[in-house]
Amino acid sequence: MGFMPISRRDFFRLGGAGVSLSTLSALGFAPEAALAEVRAFKLERTTETRNTCPYCSVACGVILYGLGDKAKNAPSSIIHIEGDPDHPVSRGTLCPKGAGLIDFIHAPTRLLYPEYRAPGAKEWKRVSWDWALDRVARLLKEDRDKNFIAKNRDGTTVNRWVSTGFLAASASSNETGWITYKVMRSLGILAFDNQARV
Amino acid sequence: MASLQSLDIKRRSATTLPAPDVRVGHEEEVAKLIDVGRCIGCKACQAACLEWNDLRGEVGTNTGSIQNPPDLTANTWTLMRFTEIEEDGKVEWLIRKDGCMHCADPGCLEACPAPGAIVQYANGVVDFISENCIGCGYCIKGCPFNIPRLSRTDGRAYKCSLCSDRVAVGLEPACAKACPTQAISFGSKPDMLELASLRVEGLKERGYKKAGLYDAPGVGGTHVLYVLQRADRPELYQGLPKDPKISPLVSFWKGLAKPVGLGVIGLGVLAGFFHYVTVGPDTVEEEDERAAERDMAERRGR
Amino acid sequence: MTNSWTDIANSDLVVVMGGQAGDAHPVGFKWVLEARSRRKARLIVVDPRFNRTAAVADLHVPIRPGTDIAWLGGLINHLVSHDKIQHEYVTAYTSAPYLIKQGYGFKDGLFTGYIEGKRAYDMANWDYELDAQGHVKADPTLQHPRCVFQLMKAHYARYTPEMVERITGSPRDKLMTAWSWIAETARPDKVMTALYAVGWTQHTVGTQNIRTMAMVQLLLGNVGMAGGGVNALRGHSNIQGLTDLGLLSNLIPGYLTLPSEHEPDFATYMKSRGFKPLRPGQLSYWQNYKKFFVSFQKAMWGKAATAANDFAYDHLPKLDVVYDLLRIFNMMHKGEVNGYICQGFNPLQAAPNKAKISTALAKLKFLVVMDPLTTETASFWENHGEYNAVDPAKIKTEVFRLPTNCFAEEEGALVNSGRWLQWHWKGAEPPGEAKTDIAIMAALHLRLRELYKKEGGAFPDPIVDLNWPYIHPESPSPEELAKEINGSALEDVVDPKNPNKKLLTKGRQLNLFLELRDDGKTACGCWIYSGSFTEKGNMMAQREVSDPSGLGVFPQWAWSWPANRRILYNRASCDPDGRPWDPKRMLIEWNGTKWAGFDVPDFPPLSKPSAGMGPFIMLPEGTARLFARGFLKDGPFPEHYEPFEAPIANLLHPKVNSNPAARVFKSDLAVFGKPSEFPYVGTTYRVTELFHFWAKHALINAILQPQQFVELSEDLAKKKGIMAGDWVKVRSNRGQLRAVAVVTKRLKPLKVDGKTIEVVGLPFHWGFTGLTKKGYPSNVLTPFVGDANAETPEFKAFLVDIEKTTAPAV
Repeated sequence: MGFMPISRRDFFRLGGAGVSLSTLSALGFAPEAALAEVRAFKLERTTETRNTCPYCSVACGVILYGLGDKAKNAPSSIIHIEGDPDHPVSRGTLCPKGAGLIDFIHAPTRLLYPEYRAPGAKEWKRVSWDWALDRVARLLKEDRDKNFIAKNRDGTTVNRWVSTGFLAASASSNETGWITYKVMRSLGILAFDNQARV
Repeated sequence: MASLQSLDIKRRSATTLPAPDVRVGHEEEVAKLIDVGRCIGCKACQAACLEWNDLRGEVGTNTGSIQNPPDLTANTWTLMRFTEIEEDGKVEWLIRKDGCMHCADPGCLEACPAPGAIVQYANGVVDFISENCIGCGYCIKGCPFNIPRLSRTDGRAYKCSLCSDRVAVGLEPACAKACPTQAISFGSKPDMLELASLRVEGLKERGYKKAGLYDAPGVGGTHVLYVLQRADRPELYQGLPKDPKISPLVSFWKGLAKPVGLGVIGLGVLAGFFHYVTVGPDTVEEEDERAAERDMAERRGR
Repeated sequence: MTNSWTDIANSDLVVVMGGQAGDAHPVGFKWVLEARSRRKARLIVVDPRFNRTAAVADLHVPIRPGTDIAWLGGLINHLVSHDKIQHEYVTAYTSAPYLIKQGYGFKDGLFTGYIEGKRAYDMANWDYELDAQGHVKADPTLQHPRCVFQLMKAHYARYTPEMVERITGSPRDKLMTAWSWIAETARPDKVMTALYAVGWTQHTVGTQNIRTMAMVQLLLGNVGMAGGGVNALRGHSNIQGLTDLGLLSNLIPGYLTLPSEHEPDFATYMKSRGFKPLRPGQLSYWQNYKKFFVSFQKAMWGKAATAANDFAYDHLPKLDVVYDLLRIFNMMHKGEVNGYICQGFNPLQAAPNKAKISTALAKLKFLVVMDPLTTETASFWENHGEYNAVDPAKIKTEVFRLPTNCFAEEEGALVNSGRWLQWHWKGAEPPGEAKTDIAIMAALHLRLRELYKKEGGAFPDPIVDLNWPYIHPESPSPEELAKEINGSALEDVVDPKNPNKKLLTKGRQLNLFLELRDDGKTACGCWIYSGSFTEKGNMMAQREVSDPSGLGVFPQWAWSWPANRRILYNRASCDPDGRPWDPKRMLIEWNGTKWAGFDVPDFPPLSKPSAGMGPFIMLPEGTARLFARGFLKDGPFPEHYEPFEAPIANLLHPKVNSNPAARVFKSDLAVFGKPSEFPYVGTTYRVTELFHFWAKHALINAILQPQQFVELSEDLAKKKGIMAGDWVKVRSNRGQLRAVAVVTKRLKPLKVDGKTIEVVGLPFHWGFTGLTKKGYPSNVLTPFVGDANAETPEFKAFLVDIEKTTAPAV
């Protein structure tokens, strides 16, 4: 080696002024073998999936980089998202919201199971899907059966239900929108709106 | 040494062993061009940097500005700096992406006493090899742009790597890819200089008579370039130095260290110097600078 | 958008007004800077604030919130009085030459026909004068005193530059520079684009704001042109799709409308739809209405929709009024609503007047929230100190919180603001027990269907009859749903002229809406999407990046409605003889035998120019309406009305201060603030780092903009003793919030009619859930009043006061 290896003693001296203890724990490293390697490229064997940024209506193309190769025993988890360079509008670029999408997917505030809050209760209670859906369906039917308006005052058939309403998501897919439309309109719901209004 | 290297190394901190140089001069130098005239301060670069480099700082507070976090940190390697100016009743919002300039003549590397903690690759990228960092903070003093920051958790110094891991496999840095307005471009340095001249021309046509390129000759040029609307007054952009140079303190330190080698530097005579360097440049007084210069002059004279 | 994001690069002048394209849509905004690079395009930003978009603009013109019609009305006056209009376009392609009925008029702020007690107009006289054949009378010289052009000219003559400056506060020099730049694009080879968003819609004159710009663009001949148009940037990723699919109180997919209760049967319903042409030889595309409607009914109710039962016409609910967001929350507040389902929507934060929304939700019997994230709405009953000061014990609402997947965990199509339907693929499974919205909707339907079959109940027919042809009824696949939306043939159809020629084959996907039928032999969920999933496959998944036009058309990237057409009204990009107004921007042209080019013609492909058909085929007159005949509730010409909370009286007509036809409920009239108590204009907006109340859950974005702030000018700060970083309290007559002050040179006091008016900027993203510091939604301040036509709440202009305060207790 053409340079003098730094000694342990010198190391302590260097650390004397403001170097934290955790640095001292690095004393195990051998200066002679100081390797200068860039960080390993983290996407080498990830699986790419084409998707669209869900935030605004520029609808930038994004590529989801998933852990694993989608083999049966390795459920994928998205580890990185960046812009899709093929996309004619976004051309690989993203705004700070799109560039931070990974933290939306893995947000600590994501909901994981159905929950119920009873009248007057101070907290959520975890419930099963079946219980929640049965209960919601029953509540919908009770209200519909009680308040459905088959005819108006003039005797015209109107078949509407306005004591229950629905607000639709404007970031959900067309296919979600269509099935939502079918299910809600078939109930006679008119109080139906989406984010286009606001 | 080369078994794990994914980029050719030109220089290594605190190392006198010459780097392999058979490829030197044939590898393209890269550069990132930041055209402040096209920047809308959206912070996509900041977000992409956090995302790619797996960095997450604290959720801070608002300190009366939309600049968040307020300063670079060990896990904020790039930061949009927002400056409002008003001249002759005309408001301008100057928004500069701050971060490592990847100097051709890197003050951090010059100053670094830890072998291999800072390296410069043949493509011009200056990288901190964290495993080798001893957390002394000399790089902070060595940097004429006040970029590296010590981590409060592991005590090591951190800064932008120009996404050396991406560049090594032929990709652009995360910030350059994300930038929605092409305010950041990435390519070979000659290409970026060419693009910069077009951008400067465009700004001049739009009435920015003092528009120009910022390529800091005092540090041998940089691998991060700015196009500024007011190239005559870079300090308007939250203190971008007008004529950055490596602090004389660093040359002083190197002048001493080179001939005698690292093994003998544990002398008490340097203890005070170590101390103030480590606590950071903010506490360096003009008087200290002058004292060091005097000291150095004396030594040269000897 | 009439055009597309990539098309913005073809503009010579970009006007960003009523939105902040750079701040809110940075990636789309790249095409503005691309226009600058490619053709030295200029950028004008008209906004109360010097925002991020203005940072790279050539001209920023400050404007008082809520005065855009005055600004644009003045521009119309400027264009007309300086003869800066594209004459040939205006005469041939707009309603300028048409004569209006005798009875129409405008005086002292009111159009004729106002009915005082109803806050509504009788619009009978806002219409064309027709000849004996039922065609509109016209004066191509534009000289007749009752022609639209002359009426328009007279209407805007009041909007002098002096008056506009007094109303808007836009300094005269900047105003005149902007107007002169805009006027240059009256040349056929100069094109301007207008980019807007909710900065125009969130006003009580929202629809008319947009209309005024549409009129400007028509006068300049910029509609239908590459690089032109009137472009709604839009908000959420699929706000366009959900609107296209009719998820609104009064709509059926594809912009068909639900019947009103005055249309008791199908025949009556059809009488006011499927408009007859108003010009000789004109195509009026809505004459196909019945085909679209019947095919929709077949998609909904399958075999239960027959010619004999008017295709299940009675299965559809009939409207008495429109149940928009404001009305439903008003009803809820009065205790008239029992159940509410919020799917990925956070009304506690998003609807106006949080106090009212919170009280309203507490009156529900049950609330169901479907969302990938925790939301303030789902937790409206939780006490979060000053940020949500409620007593859970007193709130008797049952609340269900159902976890859904996010974008990365599903496949399907989203429609961007350029009308591109883009398919996306699934990258991972949803976390925990989260289900797709599709599965939740299916589960609810199957349960209800079962209950109604078993128990009976109120009118079970539309539920039990609902067409449910999916292989796995409990989890319909996105492909199945997409195919259903596109439509298919239900029976073989042979050519009546040639029995050997099969037009449609039973079970096959339709190629386009041209194949739809009104006899029940086709089904189609949304006619404008027909062509998106054909026998060739999923056209929305196309990923061919070639652009033969060089104009950013990208005809094989994804699929654009309607008919994969990328630029609407593109027939108007050619002169009446079929030659492009600007050969360098050729989209289509008449090639001697047909219309052809780089885009799908928005016109019958074989209609010769000499036949004289007008380019706007969705309107029965075939020309664009400078005069909105009997269509908009608040007038055929846009008129400047002050916001419901304004710092000054209306200078044009002080007696009719605000929009006389705007949506306002009596109880809300009582809580409008007065300028004496609330002297400053509040306006809400987004910041680039956060998206609504959603991105605050993403750590990266929380780091980038961690805490709520308000923006105010240096002058106002000085006056109130406020320094940057201080805590301030902002109050309206409905509530108050506390936030950090950002004191900025980018907001300047405006000179309005000799008075100094300050604007307080209120970015609106924070709440009591998520990773940012807790904050207030700006709707604690905003008024409960909506646009006359779209019922969109007035979030962009209201009155507030501001003062220094202390930090909240942590």
